[in-house]
Amino acid sequence: MHRRAYLALAAALVVLFFLGLVHGAVRIPLRDVLQILFGSYEGRDAWQHIVLESRLPQTVTALLAGASLAVSGLMLQTLFKNPLAGPSILGISDGANLGVAVSMIYFGAASYLTTIMAALVGAAVVLLIILWFSRKVSSNVMLLIIGIMVGYLASSVISILNYHASADKVHQYVMWGMGDFSGVSLAKLPWLAGFSLAGLAGALLLIKPLNALLLGESYATNLGVNVRRARVLILVCTGVLTGVVTAFCGPISFIGLAVPHIARLLLGSANHRHLLPVTLLAGACTALLCSILTVVPGSNNLLPLSAITPIIGAPVIIYVIVNRKNIHYFN
Amino acid sequence: MDRSPVIETRSLCIGYTGRGGRRTVHPGIDVRLFPGELTCLMGRNGAGKSTLLKTLCGLLPALGGEVRIEGRALGSYSPEQLAARIGVVLTERTQAGGISVYDLVSLGRYPHTGFFGTLREEDHAAVRAALETAGIAHKAGCHVAELSDGERQKAFIAKVLAQECPIILLDEPTAFLDVTSRLETMLSLRRLAHERNKAVLLSTHDLDVALQTADRLWLQPACPSDGTPDAGLAGPMVCGTPETLIADGSLERFFGGESIRFDPVSRRLVSRNDR
Repeated sequence: MHRRAYLALAAALVVLFFLGLVHGAVRIPLRDVLQILFGSYEGRDAWQHIVLESRLPQTVTALLAGASLAVSGLMLQTLFKNPLAGPSILGISDGANLGVAVSMIYFGAASYLTTIMAALVGAAVVLLIILWFSRKVSSNVMLLIIGIMVGYLASSVISILNYHASADKVHQYVMWGMGDFSGVSLAKLPWLAGFSLAGLAGALLLIKPLNALLLGESYATNLGVNVRRARVLILVCTGVLTGVVTAFCGPISFIGLAVPHIARLLLGSANHRHLLPVTLLAGACTALLCSILTVVPGSNNLLPLSAITPIIGAPVIIYVIVNRKNIHYFN
Repeated sequence: MDRSPVIETRSLCIGYTGRGGRRTVHPGIDVRLFPGELTCLMGRNGAGKSTLLKTLCGLLPALGGEVRIEGRALGSYSPEQLAARIGVVLTERTQAGGISVYDLVSLGRYPHTGFFGTLREEDHAAVRAALETAGIAHKAGCHVAELSDGERQKAFIAKVLAQECPIILLDEPTAFLDVTSRLETMLSLRRLAHERNKAVLLSTHDLDVALQTADRLWLQPACPSDGTPDAGLAGPMVCGTPETLIADGSLERFFGGESIRFDPVSRRLVSRNDR
């Protein structure tokens, strides 16, 4: 089962990757795209510029962001024993969002590093708040609601900040807040890639304790897991992945929530040994697909990402909830 | 046979520490658990059987006194070392529905595998042996969620077998089982204790089956149910073989009530009115 899932996703990833490079306001044939990528292209400079400076970074950004958010979502779902947890549901994206808003409105978007750090701090603060409540509130549904409330609080602080900020800063922030894979230039890409790959590597190292946590904290402890340490590591990983994606692409909903479900349904198992890599690949594919769908043929404007991700994500969640009696990992 | 206890407690005080301060469930517990024996822990609801089991394996901190595992203080073991000594089967809900029975039992190998949890051939062999012993090998490929309550219990017993610990603690392993499965489960745990020299301690409400299968009984008296639990009022644990406890009237004293008495001849609880 897992071989088929890997193969299907790898194939989809390759197809979507090249589709992302070919498809756009201007249609550039695959042959030219390949030549541009391999440096043997001797055609129009404009096409070369579009592919290398615009489409390639957007595609790679989508790939990294999708993988990061999906893996964050999976880890949160396992940690909080709740299949409806996710970075945007638990308010972690909103925390990162608030961090970015503060840095943009008060310090200007001077350097990416400031923005990244602000997002990471924002994500970390919300994670700590959720973690603190998770000790007080035993019901996971209640915890989820607390996460949603924290998210609303962060959003309302952002609105208040916006009210007091100058118009151009607000505009800059609002544009960012729509969510966008195309805002990362080739020069900024290494920053995103560095943090993102570090977080993903960390997640792969947590596969063993994540599996033990499926049995609950008592069983995990009895198997020799240092649960407190595992929890902190998982949250740090999640914070880095969500924070960095939010810093570069703005808040992106549904990928972290829905993709782990797509991966479980595809794989037929909740064993993280395969589920985590499959979630990673499925996240990359889903985000690439969303990124492609933001392109309006014949127009230079992109649809906002926040308009596309729910179209893919919401039906998945509804399907999963309606069929939860027949889906094994709910029981 | 080795007759030194694998678990020994000295004036152990069990309970919880929470926002409302300490809540003692049972003070002054002195018990010894021996290898090669099936020991049944019995007591009324709320007597603290789960609390005792969780304290013995280090999942709850002791409020006082000490627990010694194979002669060493419980606290001196690292989590990994402890995981290789004591395995547990608990009553709590898990999220394991989406993994296969084989994967679940493989998690029992956790303390024995490396950083990535990759199973070597010897681990696979241990998993297969555990599945066979627990009588759940035919369901190895199923999801845990597809199992009946009895099968699920067997799967978790297989998990603890794969852990290959000399000490096994089980919290009400027969609670949701039908009559046949109850006796089967208890007999297989008893075989495990006898044939592999493991120390098996389990809590149960099933006096019938316990008297048939247990080598030793621990009777845990409840705190007075009215008012605040006063630590001093819970009586001492009564331990012994079923025969001794029947002969010296301990079972009658423990289970007997206003309308119920223990009948030593039929070895059952009967109504006083049927005399």
